[in-house]
Amino acid sequence: MKFGIVVSEGPYTHQASDSAYNFIKAALAKGHEVARVFFYHDGVNVGTRLSIPPQDDRHIQKQWTALAKDHNLDLVICIAAAQRRGLLDQNEADRQGKDANNIAEGFRISGLGQLIEMGIQCDRTITFGD
Amino acid sequence: MSETVKKFLYVNRKAPYGTIYAQESLEVVLIGAAFDQDVSMAFLDDGVFQLTKGQDTKDAGLKNFSPTFRALGDYEVTKLYVEQESLDERGLTLDDLQDIQYEDEDDDYAEKSSIIVVSRSGMADVMADQDVVLSF
Repeated sequence: MKFGIVVSEGPYTHQASDSAYNFIKAALAKGHEVARVFFYHDGVNVGTRLSIPPQDDRHIQKQWTALAKDHNLDLVICIAAAQRRGLLDQNEADRQGKDANNIAEGFRISGLGQLIEMGIQCDRTITFGD
Repeated sequence: MSETVKKFLYVNRKAPYGTIYAQESLEVVLIGAAFDQDVSMAFLDDGVFQLTKGQDTKDAGLKNFSPTFRALGDYEVTKLYVEQESLDERGLTLDDLQDIQYEDEDDDYAEKSSIIVVSRSGMADVMADQDVVLSF
């Protein structure tokens, strides 16, 4: 089955991104396909590379970056939600005249159309949120 | 944009202000309208407050996005399911909600209400009938 995943709550504050991560690993292990993961609302904060959790805790962003690399996952951060919350790639930083970018490897920033497209193309769209 | 037409339902369960869910839900609906899908919206729990008329956010310093609901007809979003029990539990009636209309192009552009009040079990039927449910 082809899954589309929505993550709509922020890392550490909420378990949504952990549950999505675990679901995806299990689904892939069963031979399913995960066509895209769309990060919305505070979920976009999963994609900042400036997060520094305590060493005895999981590093959520690095978990996702590794998972994306191992399975060629498409991790999409909503641009409208990201701009509000201060999450930028280099393109956006240049375009908005900001002095830095903070997006982590393995993530890309794109529009809400990617969420709708995911819903159209996938067999199931599953939201991990509140 | 796509040949596939799926039934999309946007479920709104939260009050319009206090958290960003309602506002960012509406942003998805407006962008999604460009994809020519079969779109419905559902309002239940505190989500019914999103449709109330007379919202004034000035003193709270927040953006009042409630007028956007009246523009949904222009985006061909014309099915707004509102749960009766959620209205009742909050002391609201249909009169407390904005008059949200659309022009029915199949009926000589007659103006019709987009709001469809359904019971809790009716709402379950609406949800069961969808291909994609996005919850906010």
